Parts: sequence; C-alpha cells; structure tokens
Amino acid sequence: MTTMTIAKAITNGLAKVLESNPKSVLIGEDIGKLGGVYRVTEGLQAKFGATRVIDSPLAESGIVGTSIGMSLRGYMPIAEIQFDGFVFPAYNQITTQLAKMRSRAEGRFGAPVVIRIPYGGGIGSVEHHSESPEALFAHTAGLRIITPSNANDAYWMIQQAATCGDPVIFFEPKRRYWLKGEVDLENPAPDAFRAQVVREGNDATIVTYGPLVPVALAAAEASLEDGRSVEVIDLRSISPIDFDAIAESVEKTGRLIVTHEAPTFGGIGGEIASRIAERCFHSLEAPVIRVGGYHMPYPISKVEDQYLPDIDKVLDALDRSFAY
Amino acid sequence: MHESGDMIQLLNSEGERTANPEWDAYLGDVDADMLRQFYRDMFYTRRFDKEATALQRQGQLALWVPLRGQEAAQIGAGRATKPQDYLFPTYREHGVALTRNVDFPQMLRLFRGISNGGWDPRDNNFHMYTMVLAAQVPHATGYAMATKMDEADFSPEKRAADGTAVMAFFGDGASSEGDVHESMVFAASFNAPLVFFCQNNQWAISVPVEVQAKVPISQRAQGYGFPGIRVDGNDVLAVLAVTRWALERARTGQGPTFIEAYTYRMSAHTTADDPTKYRLDSEEASWIDRDPLVRLEKHLRDNGLGDEAFFEDVSRGADEMAHRVRQEAMAFPVPRLEQLFDNVYAGAHPLIQAELKQHLEYEAGFLDRPESDNTDGGAH
Ligand SMILES: Cc1ncc(C[n+]2csc(CCOP(=O)(O)OP(=O)(O)O)c2C)c(N)n1
Repeated sequence: MTTMTIAKAITNGLAKVLESNPKSVLIGEDIGKLGGVYRVTEGLQAKFGATRVIDSPLAESGIVGTSIGMSLRGYMPIAEIQFDGFVFPAYNQITTQLAKMRSRAEGRFGAPVVIRIPYGGGIGSVEHHSESPEALFAHTAGLRIITPSNANDAYWMIQQAATCGDPVIFFEPKRRYWLKGEVDLENPAPDAFRAQVVREGNDATIVTYGPLVPVALAAAEASLEDGRSVEVIDLRSISPIDFDAIAESVEKTGRLIVTHEAPTFGGIGGEIASRIAERCFHSLEAPVIRVGGYHMPYPISKVEDQYLPDIDKVLDALDRSFAY
Repeated sequence: MHESGDMIQLLNSEGERTANPEWDAYLGDVDADMLRQFYRDMFYTRRFDKEATALQRQGQLALWVPLRGQEAAQIGAGRATKPQDYLFPTYREHGVALTRNVDFPQMLRLFRGISNGGWDPRDNNFHMYTMVLAAQVPHATGYAMATKMDEADFSPEKRAADGTAVMAFFGDGASSEGDVHESMVFAASFNAPLVFFCQNNQWAISVPVEVQAKVPISQRAQGYGFPGIRVDGNDVLAVLAVTRWALERARTGQGPTFIEAYTYRMSAHTTADDPTKYRLDSEEASWIDRDPLVRLEKHLRDNGLGDEAFFEDVSRGADEMAHRVRQEAMAFPVPRLEQLFDNVYAGAHPLIQAELKQHLEYEAGFLDRPESDNTDGGAH
C-alpha cells in the first residue's frame, strides 16, 4: 500500500502500461516536456523517449485519427485530449470511426485506443474547461467509458483500459486530481467495467461516479443525523453500466438517487432511472430521483457552485425520496 | 509576388526605417502623430496586460492570457482595418481589441468568470473570444462569404472604398487544426474577402512551432491557391503595410490572403503555465533585442518625434487606464445562476421553465441564499 494523488496514480498506471507493452504509446498536446497541463504524464517522456510519449501537433481529429491508424498497425495508443470541451474536433473520428471499427471489420479486428479526457467542473475555469460530455459518447455503441473516483481505481483502471481490447474513453475527474488515497500496487482493483459499493446502507441508494463520489459519501454521512442509512455506489463504468449492482442495492434499500454533474436531460441518470424502474418496480418505495446539471451551457465560474450537485442538493433529493 | 518565406521588415531592431518602395506605398499617410498613436496603443496594451496579470496573481481573475511581445503584430493589424471590417479573435487579441475601441475592462469579464462573452461584438465589429482553438476561423470565412454576397452590386470603386473585409486571428498551434485548413479551402473556392492573420509566437503552450509546420506557415497558403506572406510581427509598420495590402486585396475582389506575423510571446502561455519546464530563459532573452515597443521608442527618439514629455504622458495615461481597469473590473456585479436560464434559447422552452422553477424553489428552501463568492481564483 502506498499513498498518492489520483493524478500520480494515473501517471504510475501509464508508466506500467508503457513498461509492459512495448507497443504502447502516449500521444497528445503538451504531454511530453511539460507533462501535460495537469502534469499527469510528467516524467514519462524523459523515461520512455519521445517516440513513446509523443507531443502532437495541435489537432484533436489528428490525434485520434492517427491513433486509430497506429492501432491498425498493432500499436496501443493512449491519447490525451487536453480538456473536455476540446474533444469535439475529434468527435467525428471517435464516433464514426473508432467506435465502429470492430463492427465494420465484421469482428476481425478492432481499434483498442484509449482516450484520456480530464472532465467536469468546480475548478473556476473559463468556457469549455468544465464540461461533462459522457452521455454524448455513451450513446455511441462500440465505446467503453470509465471514470475513476479514487487513486487505487485510477492506477488500475487505466491499465485495465489499455488491455481490454476495446476503445475506451477514460474520463478523469480533474477537480479530484489532487485527492490522495491508498493504492495497492500488488492486487488489482476490481474489473473496471463493474460498479462498486463504496459505502453500505439500508434505507436508500445513491449512484454516482467520478467527481461526485466524495459528495455522495459526504451526503450519506450527513444523513446519519436524520437516522438514515444510505448506500453509495460508485458506478466506475458508464458504458457498460453495471445495472445488476444497482438493482441489487435498490432491492435492499427501496430508494434510488442518481447524481452526476452533466445535465439531467438526456443524461446517464435518465438511463439508470428508466432501467431500474423497469427492473425494480416492486421494490421501489419512491420514484428514482436525479440530481444533475441544468439544461444550460456549463455556467460561468462565479456561479458554478450554484449549478453543481453538492451535499445539500443530494440531501434534498433524499428528503424528497423519503417523503413518498 | 509576396509569396516567399522572406520576412517583410520596415523598421529594424535599431529603430531605423529601411526603405522599401513597394511596401512604403502602403504607409504614405503615416506621420509623426500616427507613429505616436501606435506607440501609445502598444504601451497601453502592455500596461493592461501587466495589470490583468497582477489581478490574476491577486486572485481576482481565474486566468490570464498574456501577450507581451505581440503588441506590434496586434496594433499593426488592428490599425490597418476600417470600421466596417469584422474581426474574429481567438483569446489573446487584447491589442486588436483596443484598436476596435473595446474598452479594456470589458475584456476581463470573461477571465473573472462572470461572462463567456463580455462585450457586444456588433458595437465594434470585434467578435467575442473563442476558447476552442481555430473554431472561429470557419466563422470568419462564412462571414466573409456573406459579406461578398451583400456587396455584390457594389461598383469596383465603391467596393475598394467601402467594401467589407474580414480578419481571422489564430496562433501557430491552431494552424494545425482541421478548421483552419477547411477554411482555407472555402476561402479560396469562394474568393472570400478574408485575411487569415496567424500570430506565430513560436510556442503552442509547450510545443514549438516546428511541430506544427516544417516550412514557414505562410507558405501553406500557396497550396490552397492564394498568397501567403511572412512579416516581422515585432515591426508595427511592416505589419500595418502588409495587412493594408491584404485588406485591399479583399476589398478589391482579389480574395483571401494569409499573413504570418513572426513574433514571440515574452511571457508564459497563461498564468497557469510554467514555461521553465520546456523553454530556455536564453530564448526569451534573445527576443528582448527585438522588443516591438523598444524598437518604436528608439525610432521616435532618434528622429525627434517624441520628447520626454510625450513618453511621460503615455506612461501616466497608461497608469490611469490601469487604475480604471482595476476599479471597474472589481465592481462588475456577479450574475446569479437564474439569470443564465434567460440566454439558452430565444423562445420559451418548457424544460428551461421547469428547471428554473425547480432551481428557485430549491434556493428558496434556504434561509440565506448562498452568496456568489466574489473573490475566489482557481486553476486554469
Ligand atoms: C481545440 C483546442 N484544443 C486544445 C486547446 C488547449 N489549448 C489552449 S491554448 C493552446 C495552445 C495554443 O497555441 P497557439 O495556437 O500557438 O496560440 P497561442 O496561445 O500561442 O497564442 C492549447 C493547446 C484548446 N483551447 N482548444
């Protein structure tokens, strides 16, 4: 066991990938000498050289498109998109090409490219630096989408992404980069595509992922004062979603709150609410309640605290659930 | 002509005018008053940059995007435009903004986190800043195409005098984005009255220009079918002349031009950046001799065009401006989240109405509504 930040855990996980797979390469803007704007790739170019850790021209479509090409030639590219809002020049390559390579090739081969994207708000930044576009990608079949919420997962999930054989979008909760946690370097974390119960409880379930896991845990803790025992599930994987884990919990607790930073309309929470309503209709004591962003562009930073789901909003949702 | 990788320069680093009949033709009206105005513009821009950097350091801005070293490129380009021209900046064009009469404090709303715009682009034909690199370049191209349609019935004389030209500003890094390349195809195909203005400041955060282009970026234009030209971006007169030429080409129906202003940003990429990780101090030092402000100051002094009183006046005026910028920027009210629901759609939208109602009810549940934090800074 050793303690490190989420950012450092990803760095170390990437180093493990580079060590164990000589065909793996990192590519992205400013990932070399600078080590990325968040320093997640810090030191890796010095250690593995400029052909394994590639500073690319400033062109996201080019980064993802050439990663696809490299993977067709047997390489294992892990691309970095500098910020969530800048993935869209590459959206075409990701959704029309990367996601569909395996089905087009009739299963003969795929393009197991990993795309790392720092995402989410709460860092007081300017436009396009705080978005949560996961639902846009989850709607595209062929992509796997995962997001760690703690250092141990960060260390292991990036390695699991690089060996799973499919294209993976690895969303990194940027406002949690500096969150420290214990990492078990010997024993792998559970399968990246499965959810995990991170706090047990009997009266209600909160499902969340990435940056909001600490918020959900804090809300569960605060609920103790009201005599409520709240279970928290860290989804970890957004595509596929581990509905079994959620259903099992809801059958026990009877109440479900889903929270994410992305707007609720058309979001992942709606998918979960619908599936769970269908599967657990007889166990639910209240409708599934979603807590997420509003239907507006991610707001200016001075008011993002009013926009982002926080403990109070989650507690309010719990109150509404218990009012049924 | 004008299609080589050679760099146009009219004022050398000693502040001496080098004669060039072809380009001097574009500077016929440049008298002592204008030269002093350019100096004042550049000085004010630098002073503003310094004040904004200080504000960021004091936690009053989330981020600042400095431009020290790029003043001549921006003032030369901006002062070459006419009021009817429409300009599309990226996010560092504070000097160009000055030439379009955008009041400096307005530029800070964005970086203070209280607006994603900050000024009405229609007041001065200076578009809002864009954070997604190169995304504004196709807009500039389309705007130019539309301009051409609007002015289809202009006589050649009227077009040359009153025609509208459009400028797209972007960096050496952004020149790699597909949007720039697609724009060059469209601009050429439709003979758009457009000037591509690339400020090559040598770095895209940590990536040197060599990673973006193996030949002078200006040479790319030829492949798309229009002239590209490289100008000394630290020479306000050369930039002015070359931009006037390109704008005249646009106005007279000769189509797009690509200008590469060869310059250097003598400061970090942003206040969140750490150039010591990738850039040598000696490189920055090597550009000090080419400082665009020092160069023009030498020229003014050596030719008796600016006396001590003038320079003092500029300096005092700049300090007053900086003081006003600080006062006004700090006094901007912070909007509340509910106001942001107003600007998502032009018409009524049931989801917006429902969510606004939900938000207001939620907020009303608190005894004290949470106050927006006026002071926090933040990464990036
Ligand atoms: C599409 C996109 N990708 C990445 C970024 C992140 N980013 C912001 S500025 C920058 C470097 C820009 O360099 P350049 O175009 O040369 O302009 P400069 O900032 O040097 O003026 C990068 C990579 C972005 N804003 N937009």
